[in-house]
Amino acid sequence: MTKELFIQGNEACARGAIEAGCRFFGGYPITPSTEIAEYLSTTLPEVSGSFIQMEDELSAIGAVIAASWSGVKSMTATSGPGFSLMQENIGFAMMSETPLVVVDVQRGSPSTGQPTMSGQGDMMQARWGSHGDYEPIAISPSSVQEFFDFTVLGFNLAEKYRVPVIILADEVIGHMREKVRLPDNVETFKRIMPKEDPKDFLPFKNVRNGTNPMPAFGDGYNIHVTGLTHNELGYPITINPKVHSNLVRRLVNKILKNRKDIVSCDFKYCDDADIVLISYGSPVRSIMETVKIGRSSGIKLGYLKINTPYPFPEDEVVKIAKNVNDLMVVEMNLGQMFHEIERVASSNAGVHLFSEIGGTLPKPNDILDRILELL
Amino acid sequence: MAEIQLGNLLIYYKEIINGYYLFHIFIGVDMIKEIKIGGFGGQGVILSGVIIGKAATLFDKKNSVQTQSYGPEARGGASKTEILISDEEIRYPKAQNPDILIIMSHEALLKYHADLKEEGILIIDPDLVHLDVISDFISEHKIDVYEANVTKIATEEIGMKIVANIVMVGVVTKITKLISVDAAKKAIIDSVPKGSENKNISAFESGYNLF
Repeated sequence: MTKELFIQGNEACARGAIEAGCRFFGGYPITPSTEIAEYLSTTLPEVSGSFIQMEDELSAIGAVIAASWSGVKSMTATSGPGFSLMQENIGFAMMSETPLVVVDVQRGSPSTGQPTMSGQGDMMQARWGSHGDYEPIAISPSSVQEFFDFTVLGFNLAEKYRVPVIILADEVIGHMREKVRLPDNVETFKRIMPKEDPKDFLPFKNVRNGTNPMPAFGDGYNIHVTGLTHNELGYPITINPKVHSNLVRRLVNKILKNRKDIVSCDFKYCDDADIVLISYGSPVRSIMETVKIGRSSGIKLGYLKINTPYPFPEDEVVKIAKNVNDLMVVEMNLGQMFHEIERVASSNAGVHLFSEIGGTLPKPNDILDRILELL
Repeated sequence: MAEIQLGNLLIYYKEIINGYYLFHIFIGVDMIKEIKIGGFGGQGVILSGVIIGKAATLFDKKNSVQTQSYGPEARGGASKTEILISDEEIRYPKAQNPDILIIMSHEALLKYHADLKEEGILIIDPDLVHLDVISDFISEHKIDVYEANVTKIATEEIGMKIVANIVMVGVVTKITKLISVDAAKKAIIDSVPKGSENKNISAFESGYNLF
């Protein structure tokens, strides 16, 4: 029987992690993500998992990478300031193809900003925070149920593509309580281990989804894991342009070529809409209400809810832009995803930004006021 | 398909052939009740919100969303929770114009009273606030005021000051009828520390019987 609970988003995330098979959490507590660590600190030991509080976020993500290479599904949870400290090792995880989940419950920023208030200032940091070319997967929940479901999805995508997956939540979703249905059976992706003789195995070759099964330390595969440019065997080859080009292009393409499998969006009332509102994370709740109010007074509004900010749903945004007069991007920053949307959609529709910073959710009536200016 | 709203009726219609219309009428839409509870950290303001939300969703089978905001202090800082209850899906999770405002500190009274809906319900603990400062607001907006000395009841009748929030849940249950007594009690038992259930149920009943 499905179980119903009235719980906080952060607890739903932690429960989702357990259901997805996560058995290691390494972290450093930070508001507004702390409840995730708190829940897992008591629950992981009950399912033979491990929890460790490290001395800071740099070592926390390091512990998560190491745990993942020991064959265990692993995660951390943080907020903007901690996410900044993790960027170097997130790049290492991208380069070394280490599956893991980083939950970033965003708060008011920059710097230590507003610990107990909401924000979405980490959108571009999630995209470009570490140096170099890479393609992150980022998922943004807009309800407590989605924080559970998307955490499970995050682990599945991380394991399938051997990449770090970032769950870009925010304070509103982290601390809000709603009814959550916990399914009996959660579909999980079991990590694929190599079957070959250790002598013949190439851990960094493209054999499936742009990557290769992943052995665990201690399985007898004596492999080298490095952030340096490496060949298919994992050995550093740093002055051969072709080796570098092949490696980085493979890492990028394993996401871009599987875009269809990863990207997720929801549309509503877009068929006959004049103006479509676009958002992700908790402000989705604001645009849903705005569309409802607008429609009831005869304004043809629709909305596009982006579930996966990255890989960016280019095709979906362009498709909508071709059918409407205007798009309005609603986000809790001074314009981050707005620039992505403007880049792909501005030749087909007017692209407008509704910014809300200060820590509170955009109010539907305020958004409506801006829409009335466009009409 | 066109859509009009009359009170709590939402009517969708379209003309099929000249003069013939197809109607879809939805009853009860937009009947979202908004409750805001304000006080200071340590009073259990947020727990009382969780209990009301849990009672509405898990035991009364309605929809509810509970949000909260608090300062960085562990105790003594401002603390607020909002609970939305509805039979329909709740999109925007924050209270915009509360139907019911529950106030457990003078600071919260000053900060939140102006949001209260016309003819809304205001429940206060008279030992913690000076109501006279908003007397103009109350008469102007026809606010229905209930004075519930929950902290005194918790201290003198139950012998535990910390159950004032549960006394208040009892008051809210009685006055607003937004959650059932049965659901409220189940939610309390589900939310309070083991061993304290009886004291908390007594606190709830003291509040419920106050009006």
